[in-house]
Amino acid sequence: MAIRCGVVGIGQTKYDAKRIDVSMPGLVREAALRALEDADLTFADVDAVVIGKAPDMFEGVMLPENYLADAVGASGKPLLRVHTAGSVGGSTAIVAMSLIQAGIHDRVLTLSWEKQSESNAMWGLTLSPPFSVAVVAGAGGYFAPLIRSYIQRSGAPEDVGIRTALKDRQNALKNPYAHLRIEGIDFDQIANSPMLWDPIRYLESCPSSDGACAMVVAREELALKAPRPPAWVLATAMRSEPNQFPGRDAVNPQAGQLAARDLYKQAGIGNPRREIDCAEIYVPFSWFEAMWMENLGFAALNEGWKMVYEGATALDGDLPVNMSGGVLSSNAIGASGMVRFAEAAMQVRRQAGEHQLDDVKIAMGHAYGGGSQYFALCLFGVEKP
Amino acid sequence: MRDVAIVSFAQSNTAREDRNEVEILIPVVQEAVKRSGLPRGEIGFTCSGSSDFLQGQPFAFVMALDGVGAWPPVKESHVEMDGAWALYEAWVKIQTGEVDSALVYAFGKTSSGDVAEVQALQLDPYCVTPLWPDADSIAALQARLYLEGSARTERDLADVAVRSRRDAMDNPHAVASGATDAETLLAEPYRCSPLRDHDCPMTSDGATAMVIVAGDLATRLSERPVWIRGIDHRIDPPALGVRDLSRAPSAERAASRAGVLEAPVDFAEIDAPYTHQELILREAFGLSDGVRINPSGGSLCARTLMSSGLNRIGDAALRIARGEGDRALAHATQGPCLQQNLVCVLEGE
Repeated sequence: MAIRCGVVGIGQTKYDAKRIDVSMPGLVREAALRALEDADLTFADVDAVVIGKAPDMFEGVMLPENYLADAVGASGKPLLRVHTAGSVGGSTAIVAMSLIQAGIHDRVLTLSWEKQSESNAMWGLTLSPPFSVAVVAGAGGYFAPLIRSYIQRSGAPEDVGIRTALKDRQNALKNPYAHLRIEGIDFDQIANSPMLWDPIRYLESCPSSDGACAMVVAREELALKAPRPPAWVLATAMRSEPNQFPGRDAVNPQAGQLAARDLYKQAGIGNPRREIDCAEIYVPFSWFEAMWMENLGFAALNEGWKMVYEGATALDGDLPVNMSGGVLSSNAIGASGMVRFAEAAMQVRRQAGEHQLDDVKIAMGHAYGGGSQYFALCLFGVEKP
Repeated sequence: MRDVAIVSFAQSNTAREDRNEVEILIPVVQEAVKRSGLPRGEIGFTCSGSSDFLQGQPFAFVMALDGVGAWPPVKESHVEMDGAWALYEAWVKIQTGEVDSALVYAFGKTSSGDVAEVQALQLDPYCVTPLWPDADSIAALQARLYLEGSARTERDLADVAVRSRRDAMDNPHAVASGATDAETLLAEPYRCSPLRDHDCPMTSDGATAMVIVAGDLATRLSERPVWIRGIDHRIDPPALGVRDLSRAPSAERAASRAGVLEAPVDFAEIDAPYTHQELILREAFGLSDGVRINPSGGSLCARTLMSSGLNRIGDAALRIARGEGDRALAHATQGPCLQQNLVCVLEGE
């Protein structure tokens, strides 16, 4: 039996289009110090650091964690750098948790970040392999056909994406860290925003953000002594599948389904919709909320959109999703997965401020990346597993 | 801690490859899996190491995973580090008890660009990178400091190169090898004083792969599994002016945590891309003069960035598996001037 692990500290930066007030070390340090402060610890109390971020091209620094070692207090300690595409924030946290669960360390600082303003991520994500034709522009160009396919399969009404975006943008108004906080946002404003990659409109897309998120994870005895109640790690799961092969269902990927099934099995969850109280899900483009509801087993096949329509995923619904405003409101790419985990853990620790829900016992964090290929999931609980 | 052993290893290193990264990698992975005796579908975890900056585009590892195969979906992770750290993550995963086996691989195609210059992008992006100091110049700063602070001379550096190249003659995966002597090498001009060509790594394109498994499974699969008795890694501060470049405190610390000092080692595979770095590391590890260093020829004779650390560990494992030693130190490094170091202790039965 692996050692129990709890989240004892969480820190986030303010997400913004350009954090020109801080350097890269300044940005990561801001999140790290807030997480340590939350845990009432200092760098000296940390045994190891696990850092994650998306492609190094986004800042133009090769293996930047070597350069950031001092900024995150890692000098003299083990420092690992994880990169699993968009899911990286989630997988980074899971690697940190596994260092505790394996009994190797007592306390680990884990941190994910991106400073997108150092470059242009959209073109950074536009692959142009030698001797091949680049067929898409940015992540939206890649994911739009998957959404069109979902709409065709499910017969979902065309405003599902707009409704999801409206919910997340309204939630973001309750989150002081959110990058996009659009006062007075309404349905028409989103519906009338420019169509970028049909059916994805401008206001149905995530922004490009600078930001970092950090968590301190600790083994049971130390988690129990933390100044604030820990979020216990009930289960984690990771799955990956290839980008393309004939017959692959990229709309409802098997890797995501398997990861969810594995997660529920570990935590002894039979009915996720009923037993999980809320979820922070990686939704970079509005329609993905409906799609992931099915992939994660919260809704039957082709019925995920109904949860959006019926308000089930709203703050007052039976399964609130993206209480923080989600990736649609802040997207420091490498950090986004860890923000999902952190926001889920914050709900369990009752520290989510204005977007805190009542009575959260179990919360889910979810991240995905690549061409819907990489999945990292975690369940946090108030009660020790 | 669970006992974990290396049960297979495969590698490819070539001075310059016509094949792309995935084409280089696939046969290496297939060979490692085949040699392990474990059916591909039964390997519990996959972890890899690579750098997007070598390929010049994001997500180098995504294309690699497509080639390696991940269907049905696999438990998998990737580090933007030398493959030796992928081995570490896989070892941790086995320690959690969640899986009993793992496939670890790494790859790098150094010839796609000017790799010494590309490595300038690893430095402080605000104050140092804009000066574009290439990797050889940064290493030369370290070599100068080391030589001035010790009794060692350029001849000692040349001796490292002579020995490495001679040993590499027995290694089909080395890209530089041959019999030479220090006088000949020292007659050559400096590349970057005090370093000459022979002091600098012969960069290569290639890939490495290994399979590691826990306890009973290892003894079932292999007649002589190579046990990872200890493994640890540490990092030093990044700023070149902050630390004493003639030492490698993170290597010292990692070695002590990995248990190197608990018993003498028969030989060591040290990831020292530059000749003077072997001497610095040798001191950091407290190795006596009798310990044979880099019987493979080491990273001086074939350095595939992102995989040469894992390559050293694999070379040491192969040697132990063949019975040419019972206990070895294997090491990987990353970052400028030996900033980050991983050490593991390998043992035969």
